[in-house]
Amino acid sequence: MVESKFLPLDGATSVSQAMRQINPDVVAAYPITPQTAVVQNFSQYVADGIVNTEFIPVESEHAAMSACVGASAAGGRVMTATAANGLALMWEMLYIAAGMRLPIVLTVVNRALSSPLNIHCDHSDAMGARDSGWIQIYAETGQEAYDNTIQAIRIAEHPDLLLPVMSCQDGFITGHGVERVGILPDSDIKDFVGEYKPRYALLNIDEPVTFGAWDFTDYYFEHKRQQSEVINNSLPIIESVFKEYEKLSGRPQPVLDMWGMDDAEYAIIVLSSTAGTSRAVARRWREKGVKVGVVKPRLYRPFPEQYLLEAIKNCKAVAVLDRAISFGAPLSQGPLFTDTTAALYNAGISGLPVVNYIFGLGGRDILPDHIGSVFSDLQKIASDGQRGTMVRYLGLRE
Amino acid sequence: MTERIRISLKDIVNNEERMASGHRLCGGCGEPTVMRMILHAVEGPVVVSTATGCLEVSTTVYPTTAWRLPWIHSAFENAATTISGVEAAYLALKRSGKIPADQDIKFLAVGGDGASYDIGFQWISGALERGHKFVYVCLNNEAYMNTGIQRSGATPLGANTTTSPVGDVLQGKTQWRKPFTRIMAAHDIPYVAQASPHNYRDLMMKAKKAFAADGPAVLNVLAPCPRGWRTESDQTMALTKLAADTCYWPLYEVDRGKTIVNYKPREKQPVSEWLKAQGRFRHLFRPANAGIVEEVQEHIDREWERLLKEEAAG
Repeated sequence: MVESKFLPLDGATSVSQAMRQINPDVVAAYPITPQTAVVQNFSQYVADGIVNTEFIPVESEHAAMSACVGASAAGGRVMTATAANGLALMWEMLYIAAGMRLPIVLTVVNRALSSPLNIHCDHSDAMGARDSGWIQIYAETGQEAYDNTIQAIRIAEHPDLLLPVMSCQDGFITGHGVERVGILPDSDIKDFVGEYKPRYALLNIDEPVTFGAWDFTDYYFEHKRQQSEVINNSLPIIESVFKEYEKLSGRPQPVLDMWGMDDAEYAIIVLSSTAGTSRAVARRWREKGVKVGVVKPRLYRPFPEQYLLEAIKNCKAVAVLDRAISFGAPLSQGPLFTDTTAALYNAGISGLPVVNYIFGLGGRDILPDHIGSVFSDLQKIASDGQRGTMVRYLGLRE
Repeated sequence: MTERIRISLKDIVNNEERMASGHRLCGGCGEPTVMRMILHAVEGPVVVSTATGCLEVSTTVYPTTAWRLPWIHSAFENAATTISGVEAAYLALKRSGKIPADQDIKFLAVGGDGASYDIGFQWISGALERGHKFVYVCLNNEAYMNTGIQRSGATPLGANTTTSPVGDVLQGKTQWRKPFTRIMAAHDIPYVAQASPHNYRDLMMKAKKAFAADGPAVLNVLAPCPRGWRTESDQTMALTKLAADTCYWPLYEVDRGKTIVNYKPREKQPVSEWLKAQGRFRHLFRPANAGIVEEVQEHIDREWERLLKEEAAG
């Protein structure tokens, strides 16, 4: 284990610190609130000659991901950052990056999608990209955002994966929130990420390669199946990177962060910063003698189905908190809920009542009392033996 | 550029074809001819980025490829941006020593007129403004031919396309074309040229100048589409000559801000010669449409006069 140096940093800046240490070959990015600090800080590193990176200040997010695709196919280590509508504008290119198996690392500082226009946190941006073939990691804190950014490089570039990685954190809540962040020594990060050695590269002129060929009805299906095969089997590789980084940093890097789950009867499953609020409330409930627990998946794609089932199978009632709506899904439930209930069904578990709470859209505060009300609801569901309303809302005026 | 650049047919014949035969472009298509001329004009390694379109789908039907060079297609609108990423990686990898300092690689982005005039316009503009050292080539067949002849910003007034069809009320496209070459030149980049494959020396010379330029360069090249233009496949080169002789498609260049008209027909032919050679304009020769032909002529005259003035202004 190596000692970290602790600095007061906001979450966006902690990501740019990680990018400075990674020192990628190319960064192509466009400013958008609340991600802008990432691009600004990184531009300063370029201007000061602290990094060797070629920075491409593109004219849109679509162009950002387009340039990343070119640079990655060329054989460079490539990173970018965006949020909200910027991610939506990249959408076409997300699929292309994944389909070409380009190990690009993208930081998303999660923000609500328009319309109406809103610059604050929710997960509708990244959730809209959940089927794009990217690995998705969600950070609870600025510390995790820093740690995940570094690990994302190793995951993306693993020769058995070659998949792009989206590393997400909550806009403003952690993106702008200043906290104590442990930064590992530059040399250790340099060693950890190592050198990127592309298998195929446009700039390897001695072995010319055609990238992005036209795939007709006779091959496209097989190529898509290969893509699902690689992400389906990516979990052990991702975990091995997590473990290696855990050893280096001394900070636990689980697939699922669990609190109180050894004997929890009532559990909340939630991504990102709200896990912290949930744990704080859970502690108070434990003091009252109620066996509550909190599960925070760090990894959302691939969906850690088996780990999640293992974590919640002995609970009496479970709540899945979603910071996004999947419009038109059954009762317009959230995506994390859909995946959780699908996992339960796949495992043949039907007796466990699971309810969905939509919260925090457009940056609406999620308060300890809201979390408390969820635990109360779970107790009632378990005692009544009735699930009741499947999709509920927290902090909403109705 | 005043340096003499030599184009030797002997050299061309002996050079390797970097775009191999066996691709699936139509007989008479102008695109492969233009591409091969341009690739013959480039010396040394070149990486090519191609927009979605006829050239792309016809040359890379998986698992085959016609490209004996590093080649990438990512999407429709972003060939220029994709190559700007490749060029950036080249600079970075050269700096870090992963690419030898004496290794010179050139960069080429290619798109049709739809990819250039319309959907990729912003992407090209951004890449030019950022000053990446690459050449952008618009293979201009004046409509979306890959999707089945739909009008684009490059389609001229009166042309019959499937989205500007001739009907009881409308007689083909109702607008003139976007002055793409001029807009590219307005980016104040080192080199912009308009060319046509019938004059291969002129086209190849321009390609050489474009690759030698100290910054981004753009070539807008007329590339007939027999399917979309409703012409015989053996008329392709003759048509592009007619385009120059009628001043419908002037051959000119803007070299570091200086406009040079490379071909001035001794006797400028009426545009009706150009129009009547193609089925897409057939309806314009109905008596009721005489006004449209006149209007096309007016556009051409105005553009030609403007070009001559620009040249005279130095």
